[in-house]
Amino acid sequence: MKQFFAVFNARNIEFLRDTSALSWNILLPVLLVLAFAFIFSNDNKTIYKVAVYGEQNATQSPSFTFMQTRHVEFIREYSLTAAIRKVDTHQLDMVIDFSPPSRYWINSTSSSGYLTERILWGTGGRSFQKETVDGQEVRYVDWVLPGILAMNMMFSCLFGVGYVIVRYRKNGFLKRLKATPLSPLQFLVAQMLSRLLLIQALTILIYIGCDFFIDFKMLGSYLNLFIISLLGAICLISLGLLVAARLSSEELAGGLLNLISWPMMLLSGVWFSLEGTAAWVKMLAQLLPLTHLVEGARTIMTEGASLMDISYQLAVLSIMSIVFLFIGARIFRWE
Amino acid sequence: MSPILEIEKLTKSFSDVKAVQGVSLRIQEGICFGLLGPNGAGKTTTIEIMEGITEASSGKVLYRGEKISDTFYHKIGIQFQATSLQDFLTVKETLTMFSKLYSKTIEMAELIRICALEEFIHRDNRKLSGGQRQRLLLAIALVNDPEIVFLDEPTTGLDPQSRRNFWTLINKIKSQGKTIVLTTHYMDEAQILCDHIAIMDKGKIIANDTPENLLKNHFGDFIIQLPTTEIITPIENIGINTTIRNEIAEFQTHDLDDALKKLINAGISLKHMNLRTWNLEDLFLSLTGEELRL
Repeated sequence: MKQFFAVFNARNIEFLRDTSALSWNILLPVLLVLAFAFIFSNDNKTIYKVAVYGEQNATQSPSFTFMQTRHVEFIREYSLTAAIRKVDTHQLDMVIDFSPPSRYWINSTSSSGYLTERILWGTGGRSFQKETVDGQEVRYVDWVLPGILAMNMMFSCLFGVGYVIVRYRKNGFLKRLKATPLSPLQFLVAQMLSRLLLIQALTILIYIGCDFFIDFKMLGSYLNLFIISLLGAICLISLGLLVAARLSSEELAGGLLNLISWPMMLLSGVWFSLEGTAAWVKMLAQLLPLTHLVEGARTIMTEGASLMDISYQLAVLSIMSIVFLFIGARIFRWE
Repeated sequence: MSPILEIEKLTKSFSDVKAVQGVSLRIQEGICFGLLGPNGAGKTTTIEIMEGITEASSGKVLYRGEKISDTFYHKIGIQFQATSLQDFLTVKETLTMFSKLYSKTIEMAELIRICALEEFIHRDNRKLSGGQRQRLLLAIALVNDPEIVFLDEPTTGLDPQSRRNFWTLINKIKSQGKTIVLTTHYMDEAQILCDHIAIMDKGKIIANDTPENLLKNHFGDFIIQLPTTEIITPIENIGINTTIRNEIAEFQTHDLDDALKKLINAGISLKHMNLRTWNLEDLFLSLTGEELRL
């Protein structure tokens, strides 16, 4: 028993004195609880989603009470085609185009579409011209797959590069490389390309393997999917390099990488859509590279988007990659 | 003869600690130069400034009379005090990786032979013994066929067999005409390997010469050791320079015959006498003191 308590106490002291690990153990659950509390604190939940397009004369009319209906979220869509595509894939319940002749679109296979139509009729929209689409609902597995693959990429890129470089620095391997003609840029690019090759190969392998059993919905081009995943991986590796540029504590690096990866896992739309969350949450999500990777890949897979359709995501990922890599290379230290 | 490597008035400060204080040294080509000193003397900082790994606060490092440039790393090989290698790579893969970092390299078979790596060339780095690991690190230091090889405490932690094996390797490298800069805690190692020695303490050079000259200039030629229990006459009456260490009286003399006569005349039994010459450890302790350094 004496021996047991000696080891037990020593381990407790070790843990308590490792302040970075201790604070991370306290901080992480608190942050998670707070994050979930804030993100999903909106009690005024929406049940139906309706995209609005065109001039809104009708919405300004007090007689048109449909637009005042509670628990229906009205989303301003600037592309009618994109909005109709979302109705087709059950991501929206209805699209209303106020331009004459006033029309609305619903999915004839959607129960939510049917109920939204009834609400429209009951609130003064009976005269609107009805259009229907009949696309099948995107299965959750099809919707969630790009997110899971992207999340796997994120962990592999951040920890496989960031954490490993910090370990190399801590155990003196980087110092040994410093004593050779190898430049920091050559080292960083080699690390990046190595991880890029590995993660792309693994992602393709996982995709093919899962597709064999589940038969994913893939409406877009495989080349486009490869391009967005390549750019996403470069961006996430660059972020890992930036975190690892100077640190020599594995505990601190682990904490920081978790601090970066957890918000991305929760706010980048991997598991659930952020539609319905507060505007600031959506804005915060836009700052996270994983958001753009998931959005791009998901739009290609479930909506058949072209590179032009996801040009925003491609541009953001490119800019982020350049910024992360530039700063990382500038502040990098061998020791 | 102009030195291959020269440092002039080097200083290095870390916040409030002056690790190196105005150190100047000249290292001739083809010799094994030993930099000795107790823990915290500033040896590693000095050697890392010479290597170009650490920047000096002031002073100069000259390679063949010129300030060191980016190409200096092609001319030198380094074995640090502590270096981890990549896990899962074999010895051969590690050597291949390092050899590809240089434009000029030694032939792999030759390198493996010199450093005696044949037995474990395909072994995972993680599975090497201490001695095997040091031989691999030495091989990495030699992979670019350097002119100067820096070895920072290369045999620390090795068993006696491995240390002696390592000395053989260093002598082999020296015989190829390479210049070796060695730091070590082991005085026997320095005595066997080094042609020239500098002793550092508290950031300064306190002795700098060949081992023979250092010993000749600091001590007599012989030490006669006797247990203090044999000394029946007051030591100051014997007439020989004496120190007492661990209940052993050490009589230092240039004239052995005269010293022995004096001891016999003083009625001291020589039955348990031990005769030895001075070594670097005596010099080291004499110069740096015997108090514990942390």
